[in-house]
Amino acid sequence: MAETPAQLSRSRDLDKLLLRPGNLIGANFEPGEELRDDIGKYAKVLVLGAGGLGCELLKDLALSGFQNLEVIDMDRIEVTNLNRQFLFRFEDVGKPKAEVAAKRVMERVSGVNIKPHYCRIEDKELDFYSDFSIIVLGLDSIEARSYINAVACSFLEYDSDDNAREETIKPMVDGGTEGFKGHARIILPGVTPCFECTIWLFPPQVKFPLCTLAETPRTAAHCIEYAHLIKWDEVHSGKAFDPDEAEHMKWVYNEAVKRAVLFGIPGVTFSLTQGVVKNIIPAIASTNAIISAACALETLKLASGCSKTLSNYLTYNGAEGLHTKVTEFVRDKDCLVCGPGVLIELETSITLQKFIDLLEEHPKLLLSKASVTHQGNNLYMQAPPVLEEMTRSNLNQVLFDLMGKTAKSILHVTGTTSKNDKKFSTLRKLRVVFKGVDGVTDMDTAGGA
Amino acid sequence: MAEPKTKYDRQLRIWGEQGQAALEKASICLLNCGPTGSETLKNLVLGGVGSITVIDGSKVEVGDLGNNFMVDESSVGQSKAKCVCAFLQELNDAVKAKFIEEYPEALIETTPSFFSQFTLVVALREANVMLIFARSYGLTGFVRISLKEHSVIESKPDHFLDDLRLNNPWPELRRFAESIDLDTQDSVAHKHTPYVLILVKMAEQWAKSHGGSLPSTREEKKEFKDLLKAKMVAMDEDNYKEAIEASFKVFAPRGISPDLQQILNDNRAEVDSNSSDFWGDGGCSEGSFIPSGISLLHSNLEFIANQGGGEAPLEGSIPDMTSSTELYVNLQNIYQAKAEADFLSIEQRVCRYRSIEDEFNSPILPELQKYLTDEDYSSVAIGFYILIRAVDRFAANYNSFPGQFDGGMDEDISRLKTTAVGLLSDLGCNGSTLTEDLINEMCRFGASELHAVAAFIGGIASQEVIKLITRQFVPMSGTFVFNGIDHKSQLLSL
Ligand SMILES: [Zn+2]
Repeated sequence: MAETPAQLSRSRDLDKLLLRPGNLIGANFEPGEELRDDIGKYAKVLVLGAGGLGCELLKDLALSGFQNLEVIDMDRIEVTNLNRQFLFRFEDVGKPKAEVAAKRVMERVSGVNIKPHYCRIEDKELDFYSDFSIIVLGLDSIEARSYINAVACSFLEYDSDDNAREETIKPMVDGGTEGFKGHARIILPGVTPCFECTIWLFPPQVKFPLCTLAETPRTAAHCIEYAHLIKWDEVHSGKAFDPDEAEHMKWVYNEAVKRAVLFGIPGVTFSLTQGVVKNIIPAIASTNAIISAACALETLKLASGCSKTLSNYLTYNGAEGLHTKVTEFVRDKDCLVCGPGVLIELETSITLQKFIDLLEEHPKLLLSKASVTHQGNNLYMQAPPVLEEMTRSNLNQVLFDLMGKTAKSILHVTGTTSKNDKKFSTLRKLRVVFKGVDGVTDMDTAGGA
Repeated sequence: MAEPKTKYDRQLRIWGEQGQAALEKASICLLNCGPTGSETLKNLVLGGVGSITVIDGSKVEVGDLGNNFMVDESSVGQSKAKCVCAFLQELNDAVKAKFIEEYPEALIETTPSFFSQFTLVVALREANVMLIFARSYGLTGFVRISLKEHSVIESKPDHFLDDLRLNNPWPELRRFAESIDLDTQDSVAHKHTPYVLILVKMAEQWAKSHGGSLPSTREEKKEFKDLLKAKMVAMDEDNYKEAIEASFKVFAPRGISPDLQQILNDNRAEVDSNSSDFWGDGGCSEGSFIPSGISLLHSNLEFIANQGGGEAPLEGSIPDMTSSTELYVNLQNIYQAKAEADFLSIEQRVCRYRSIEDEFNSPILPELQKYLTDEDYSSVAIGFYILIRAVDRFAANYNSFPGQFDGGMDEDISRLKTTAVGLLSDLGCNGSTLTEDLINEMCRFGASELHAVAAFIGGIASQEVIKLITRQFVPMSGTFVFNGIDHKSQLLSL
């Protein structure tokens, strides 16, 4: 077998998919060198998380022809990461994950540029996110997924027939793993269900009833949570429990053992104590590799059209035999996040301050400490202090004037909501309609001011 | 050096120190270190397997840089085995990594003594060597375990077995249930009787008054639930609510499902004791693994037939439920003891799988035909399965894979089609055809290995290796065929 020039190219294998016409392909597939070069030069992909999934994703994407990558991660490397986060070595412990991961991949894959961001995803402005072709999620929390989902959906615009405008769709590819299980999904806001449409797939964590902990413990976890949630406060009046404090953990463990002995319950170990108290999710290299690879492949297919795409949710379970399943979930037409936006009718006289107060009481929003953006302009920002000061004077102004006296427009608001006693950042898109302007009828709606 | 326990914390929570010790004793040999094999080993090295040996005679080409993270620009022209091995060693210094720069096929042919010695050493020690085949090809690929026998010591399904034996209690559980008075006047005791005991007792009562049978019709099921409701003495009795919710477990037929029974019947085929070395007619035998440290074989199926009285071995763990501490702890002990007793009888047993030659030469025809007409999967996965075998036959005939080189695509397409039709007819599926679309796609793939596909296949292969080595969790059966077009991959039992 003679070697042709194609054999000598680093894109030898990828070229077969990107340069040749195919039969089972996506819409808009235009095979050719230009496509390959565009993916390298112009497709900008953002990876969220540089952990178990993120490390794999950066490698997989870099070897799938993407040359412009950015990665956000707020964590530093820990020893317990090393069994799966293969871009990190023991001497990297303590360094920011995003920076080390980006550097390692760039060292090995020439031509790839990865820009690391050592920060929280909430620290970036909307504009930052609008810049990317595709956002890939390697996150481990529901709150972070929920937040970035709202960000991607905030770019979405609908035409007059309530169809999503294609150019405003910000695709997301989301992966998640736990032990031998995982999922990969594609979210095309306005087309496929968004994270919030199918939030029921992520049920809230079970908390043990306090009376069980106090009166009828049955499992080792009950004994541990008794020591952690009840006994600690009884003994250490006022001193908060710190899970990262070795002495605190040891104390909880000892108390849990005592309780377990008292009730004849087996299974309390120090490791389990850490697991229960810190809610540690078991994680292994292979599952992360599988899920990340599926996500990277879908990212390549979304960007190039070189094949059909996953529609729209893949689950993997390797605990008993091997099971993969594709489910086509459907959108929730009334979704607050990926729908056309929450409709709010306002008097033209309302001030920005009054409007912000209203968001707190609005039954669909319940949003406190809101910051408000209109078409990229910050009307009011709660933070950072500089911006707060700059925008404070707007609070007493009339919102209708601040929005350029348009009868209908879109506002983005970010603030805090609470769910299951936990507070988290939320971003919402609002369709604001001012009453009595330009033939807009004075409708009586639940969301009205 | 990191404390190993801390480094492996997140996986110790899954397979425990026993599983980890088994991994650390295992030695794994990789034949051909393309991206699929390299990725598989990466996941195993991170997890801390004892030792790895990489065997590959090829040199790193520029093209390899585009799909294998373990080689870089400085590797071009050097031994691929050496470069991959060096990178893997960097990942975990606790692993003994070595390489042999030689083509595995050549090694077997020209110096069998060397290779068979290596295998023999393993074979003498462990009485068995296991093979895993993993291969990626364009947007498809497969994983296949080839082993004679394997036993799962601890299968740890993460959901509790629906099988709490509520409608078929063994003597100890029955006696324990008999000791409980559901009509107790003590209201605290009444609301702290675990639902398992409530259901065992109620099912028994029902059976007594219904000639031994359990609720089966809709009316009977409703009546049974109403009986449970009637037992409640207060609204806040969570244990009775749990009992009503779990009452479907009483209605389930006793014993194993018809599906499992079918598998049981199908798995009696004799196995050639000399398991094959390679699957395929030469060509890319990318990523074959020989992990050692595996001996016994999965035996669930024979257990059911012989000892279990028609039930699968009991898992032994019970879900948390409303209960007094004492009753729960006792109940847990009873289930645990049963599981341990079941397990003792399991270990003696061996279950046999079809050998790869059998699958290769005489697949189970009705299964094959069923897959070929399966509408749920639009027969893509089985199509890929046939085509992966067809491209190997193609390569043997024409000295290259279809579409491997640019130009001559139309000719390759028609040749591949003829080859695939010939293969299908050799397998006994005369007249079956594959879609033009799929044949065209296969030629388009042209033996390429995409990194993302290789990482996926490698991920699955490594996970199966871990399950086999730790002897925990149930390994996959059959051949996993990856469908990278829409992810409707399939596990085929042929
Ligand atoms: Zn939605």
